[in-house]
Amino acid sequence: MKQYLLSVHTVDGEEPLSDEDMQAVYRDTGRVNDEMLAANVWVFGGGLLPVDSATVVRVERGTTTMSDGPFAETKEHIAGFWVIKCDDLDQALAWAEKCAVACQGPVEVRPFDEMSEA
Amino acid sequence: MDLADIYRVEYGRCVATLARLLGDINLAEEAVQDAFTTALQKWETAPPNPGAWIVTTARNRAVDRLRRESTREARHAQALLLHQQDEPQEVGPVKDDQLRLIFTCCHPALAPDARTALTLRLLGGLEVPEIARAYLVPEATVAQRIVRAKKKIRDAGIPYRVPAGHELPDRLPPVLTVLYLMFNEGYAATAGPLIRTDLCAEAIRLARELAALMPDEPEVLGLLALLLLTEARRPARVGPAGELVPLTGQDRALWDRTLIAEGHGLVRRCLRRNRPGPFQIQAAINAVHTDGAATDWTQVLALYDQLLTIAPTPIVALNRAVAVAEVHGPAVALAALDDVDLPGYHRLPATRAELLARLGRDTEAAAAYEQAMTLATNETERAYLRDRRTELTRTRGAS
Repeated sequence: MKQYLLSVHTVDGEEPLSDEDMQAVYRDTGRVNDEMLAANVWVFGGGLLPVDSATVVRVERGTTTMSDGPFAETKEHIAGFWVIKCDDLDQALAWAEKCAVACQGPVEVRPFDEMSEA
Repeated sequence: MDLADIYRVEYGRCVATLARLLGDINLAEEAVQDAFTTALQKWETAPPNPGAWIVTTARNRAVDRLRRESTREARHAQALLLHQQDEPQEVGPVKDDQLRLIFTCCHPALAPDARTALTLRLLGGLEVPEIARAYLVPEATVAQRIVRAKKKIRDAGIPYRVPAGHELPDRLPPVLTVLYLMFNEGYAATAGPLIRTDLCAEAIRLARELAALMPDEPEVLGLLALLLLTEARRPARVGPAGELVPLTGQDRALWDRTLIAEGHGLVRRCLRRNRPGPFQIQAAINAVHTDGAATDWTQVLALYDQLLTIAPTPIVALNRAVAVAEVHGPAVALAALDDVDLPGYHRLPATRAELLARLGRDTEAAAAYEQAMTLATNETERAYLRDRRTELTRTRGAS
């Protein structure tokens, strides 16, 4: 079994989804979640609040500082993700396809480093 | 057959089988290379089934090597080998393994450049410098593409298996494209001699194997037919002085009748299945070119019209215009090229130049030939364009 991160991203300045589309996304991602649970591939997942709610914690030479906002000044931000476990990339890609349809946007598939697994 | 020939034929097959046995492409390559090194030292003459000898030796060498190492890959591979002990002993390379490997090498999750390089390296047994020469890129770039692709196969868990039927519509086209590009690079090399027979031969060999393994996929048969019918005309494509001879000027007596018969047979098989696709239609076009004493251009144009509806690319539009010129005349063809945009590709201005010359618009034709010459990268093709431009001046001077 390998684990994969399936992540969804938002791009600053892009037209936000209409309320109606947003409702559809909630409904459809909910269905994908149920399907993942039933297939026993689900590890964890969820949607995130907008990036302006983020805080970065830094510890340098024993001193902790906190700063408002995201870690990197980029236009793209992670908006939600799933962690799934399956046999190989093809299975992960098939799930990513369902996720991309459900959340109406591209989904990045990234394998976990197996050495770091507990 | 000497060892070099055996290597060329058996390398990919053996790597494919060892990759399944060991579950790791790098270990498979090392094991097969070890076995060939042993063969070089031990063989006085090749054994009757060299592939089986190489697979068995590579497997034994891999076991020895794995026992000495204790990396994660080594432990995983050892477990796999142990697990397979109950299986009947391999008699040699297994054909399905090659199919598995080619689908892994051409996985859509890999970058297109990497797919071709990896296929040539693993299945074709070509060395990195050979691939670099064929694609006019530095050796370091090819080496890096291959290393990165192999790393991604392992890290991302790209499976080593033939896709299921419902996955084939997505997974087969990249495989066919890699074989087509490999052949094309051999047939119209970016630089150096116009034709690189080794790349053509390798693409045909792999297409044949794919067709033998997937005889029910019409696009696979279509690709093989396309390659065979193009290859059949190769002897007539370059003249005695190494110059390019266009289709219309070729000596048909030089065409390879055996390849043409085989290609026509495949095209007929495709027609019976009636599931047309881009490679089958291109094969049918080439079947018309190689049928009888002269090309039936009306039929060619009808096929290009069909191709353009399922594959509306600028290259198809360009090739279709050549057929339009034969059926409806150069003026209509020239108008058909108005919307075609192929930046940097010499064949667009070259085709425009031909059409303009036929319309007697010599000044514009000369300018288009000049433009094509600047864009062409192969010296043989540049020489052809230069000759055509010179002819233009001569005819104009004489009139």
